[in-house]
Amino acid sequence: MTDLNTNFAGIKSPNPFWLASAPPTNTGYQVMNAFKAGWGGAVWKTLGKPIVNVSSRYGALSYKNNRMMGLNNIELITDRPLEVNLREMKEVKEKFPDHALIASMMFETKEEWHDCIKRCEDIGIDGFELNYGCPHGMCERGMGSAVGQNPDVCEKITSWVCEAATKPVIVKLTPNVTDITRPALAAQRGGASAVSLINTINSVTGINLDTMDPNPTVDRLSTHGGYCGPAVKPIALNMVAELTNHPDFHLPISGIGGIETWQDAVEFFLMGATTVQVCTAVMHYGFRIVTDLTEGVSEYLDSHKMKKITELTGITAKKLRKWEQLDLNYKIIAHINSEKCISCQLCYIACEDGAHQSIALVKDSRIPVIKEDTCVGCNLCSLVCPVEDCITMVKVETGKKKLVWANHPANPNHILAR
Amino acid sequence: MSVLTSNKNFLPTLSDVELKEKFSNIKPRMANSEAIVEASRCLFCHDAPCINACPTSIDIPMFIRQIMSKNTKGAAKTIFTQNILGKSCAHVCPTEVLCEGACVYNNLNEKPIDIGRLQAFATDYAVENNLRFFKKGKSTGKKIAVIGGGPSGLACAHELTVLGHEVVVYEANEKAGGLNTYGVAPYKYSNKDSEEEVKYIAEIGFEVKTNCPVTGATIPELEKKYDAIFIGAGLGKSKKLGIAGEDLESVHGATEFIHKLRKKEQKIQIGKTIVIVGGGNTAIDAAVESSKLGADVTVVYRRTEKEQKAYYFEVELAKKHNVKFIYLTNPVSILGNEFVEGLKCIQNTNGGQKDLIIPCDMVIFATGQEKIIDFYKSIKNLEVTQGKIVVNKNFQTTNPKYFAGGDCINGGKEVVNAAAHGRDAARGINEFLMRGHND
Ligand SMILES: Cc1cc2nc3c(=O)[nH]c(=O)nc-3n(C[C@H](O)[C@H](O)[C@H](O)COP(=O)(O)OP(=O)(O)OC[C@H]3O[C@@H](n4cnc5c(N)ncnc54)[C@H](O)[C@@H]3O)c2cc1C
Ligand SMILES: Cc1cc2nc3c(=O)[nH]c(=O)nc-3n(C[C@H](O)[C@H](O)[C@H](O)COP(=O)(O)O)c2cc1C
Ligand code: SF4
Repeated sequence: MTDLNTNFAGIKSPNPFWLASAPPTNTGYQVMNAFKAGWGGAVWKTLGKPIVNVSSRYGALSYKNNRMMGLNNIELITDRPLEVNLREMKEVKEKFPDHALIASMMFETKEEWHDCIKRCEDIGIDGFELNYGCPHGMCERGMGSAVGQNPDVCEKITSWVCEAATKPVIVKLTPNVTDITRPALAAQRGGASAVSLINTINSVTGINLDTMDPNPTVDRLSTHGGYCGPAVKPIALNMVAELTNHPDFHLPISGIGGIETWQDAVEFFLMGATTVQVCTAVMHYGFRIVTDLTEGVSEYLDSHKMKKITELTGITAKKLRKWEQLDLNYKIIAHINSEKCISCQLCYIACEDGAHQSIALVKDSRIPVIKEDTCVGCNLCSLVCPVEDCITMVKVETGKKKLVWANHPANPNHILAR
Repeated sequence: MSVLTSNKNFLPTLSDVELKEKFSNIKPRMANSEAIVEASRCLFCHDAPCINACPTSIDIPMFIRQIMSKNTKGAAKTIFTQNILGKSCAHVCPTEVLCEGACVYNNLNEKPIDIGRLQAFATDYAVENNLRFFKKGKSTGKKIAVIGGGPSGLACAHELTVLGHEVVVYEANEKAGGLNTYGVAPYKYSNKDSEEEVKYIAEIGFEVKTNCPVTGATIPELEKKYDAIFIGAGLGKSKKLGIAGEDLESVHGATEFIHKLRKKEQKIQIGKTIVIVGGGNTAIDAAVESSKLGADVTVVYRRTEKEQKAYYFEVELAKKHNVKFIYLTNPVSILGNEFVEGLKCIQNTNGGQKDLIIPCDMVIFATGQEKIIDFYKSIKNLEVTQGKIVVNKNFQTTNPKYFAGGDCINGGKEVVNAAAHGRDAARGINEFLMRGHND
């Protein structure tokens, strides 16, 4: 049996699956239900000075018949009084002492930060998460992503917190930056024990074409909201890997962004995260989905003869290189399995109109044929093919040695070097 | 009250509520969300096999994509551009052997796209909201008569009007629509559906004269008045069996029987026990409709189940309606003096033959329709082989002034074939009149 017990920067939890700070962690009622369902930890909905929310608050992107591929929100931090949150957090901690309960926070002044840290530690909280990510409302008041986007401010506020906190401090990063490593290194310099990423991405989900109002609409107006859900996973995976691969960055990473199934979670582990946090998937399907996360990850580890999740940490991140380190002599071409082909000819038209004119149609047959001499091995046909394993990419033995761009004759710098 | 049997053993007519329930559409209308979900499944194949399988070559992947993007109006336009009878086709086409049969999902052992119902979704919407996509073309000054207001005639008249010709449709019946009005099963296409469709199509600007049969006597006048004539007269009466007892009152040809049902909107009294002779789709329609009205129905067919011409899904439908089938059996005489009392048959058994008497109150023969030979004889030089009018690729007959299409040239197929013929014949007529082609 695999052991899912986790120690994340000193925060212990029965498994690495945490609820991200968001509506599912609004109340003690929800967090207790989540723990009963099997979640290992929860980052409480961000605490701060009282705010007021708008209505409506969410917009979503649906693709064909898939609802909520991406979710966008213009909500702010908790809209409940600090005392109420603290009382319920205490109750949760008493009933579930072994689960991780983390207080997400967002304040303006050093005094406010210090005051809240003390009150949270008094009720037995396991750690803190600093919300430097909220991309709307709070940043205009100098908080949220306004902090995450400015490394100096990020470092300074982190150091304020670390002065006062005795429990581990996680800094939650905003993806609305050009280089994620800069705020992450700033958090490390400020004394953080870990980082979590990503928070939501600036976005407008769409427009109602009848009224020409943006979505979500507040009395016909809107504001750019924060985008999350399945659509953001590729962006989050890349950012996690960039931190894992940075030579000067050494903190543990909690991965967030579009996680719904155990496969998603494993991908984040392979990129270097050691815990993961989930928001949208729970908002869509409820707490129950954690069963599939825990079982799926355990099965996966078993099937790879692994005992602990940390055996996965960063394996795939190491396989990400600069483009110029890739072998230009490696060659694959497409192969169509004519027995599986259902003759939709989508590969044909994709390659013909959208790629390299390397698929031919033959008279009296609807099964397309690859022109092996011109196929560049781009993958497009295999991606559009609706049948599993019908178009596969096969390796061609060129007999040539590995050749990277640095040594390629077409590289002007290479010629200079000669 | 209409009575189709003089026998005392007839069934009471059904109430309006019962009729509505029993004869409601077997392919119910899709809700918006259902249509969008189904449309999203379409792969948008290149050179899509479904298009090639449609006799009118509707750009199916395109209209499905338009439904997916909530452009239902655009979807209807895509359909009507190829086939102005796209609405009735959506409801009555045997899609299982046409477009849906060609869907590549079949190769994946997955359910093909529900093309018929998607097409109905778009075209019902367009007709109900009278969305109009075509205008009468700039006048050419040419006049064309169309004989028959069925699918082929309507398709031809519509296309001719688009091309700028003046068209008058002569229809023998009280209502136009041909077999869409008087033939196809009412649980596929109701009288109201057909009437609305005829109105929608004719509104482009051609005249439909109903109760106006064209006869040998009126032909010369027609020829004088019009520059060209299209024949879309369909087929004739049901073929007689040629056996004793056929003249008894409760013996009907299937198309005449169905015609009467449609005319009275099924408010009709039929026998309690009915035997239907034949193995085609018309036999099945007559059987299912009778069964829905409460009759105990047996279909007698001279060959085996496999050789039956009816589509397998139609036979399934009949079986679901408790219709019994007796194969390898030939009728020899209809029994009864005053009333029909039974059908006497010879059944081929393993190696031998035996007599079989099936007691019944009504006999319906569905052994094909006759061709309209006599009327065609009144048209000079009109070549007819085996009852079918001979045409060239432009649907022109051997008398250059005449063109023809639909059941009268193919011996009886589907509405969609008639629609394709009508449209293409109109283009042939246009060529002929405007460029003087007559090859
Ligand atoms: C019982 C039955 C069920 C069917 N079910 C289906 C089905 O489910 N799906 C499907 O696709 N097809 C079905 N068909 C076939 C389909 O109805 C025909 O193929 C189609 O209607 C042929 O169209 P048409 O225009 O050639 O002829 P018709 O529809 O027969 O129309 C011919 C018209 O010409 C008129 N006419 C004839 N002679 C004259 C004259 N001398 N002067 C003036 N008018 C005249 C007739 O009154 C009639 O209105 C069915 C056929 C039958 C008999
Ligand atoms: C409605 C909503 C409210 C959120 N509120 C917060 C918040 O108060 N604090 C915070 O750190 N992140 C907040 N988030 C961001 C999530 O915690 C998470 O980082 C993001 O949604 C990406 O994860 P996901 O793809 O699993 O949803 C919120 C997200 C949503 C959808
Ligand atoms: S891999 Fe790319 S180039 Fe090769 S056949 Fe497929 S689409 Fe064309």
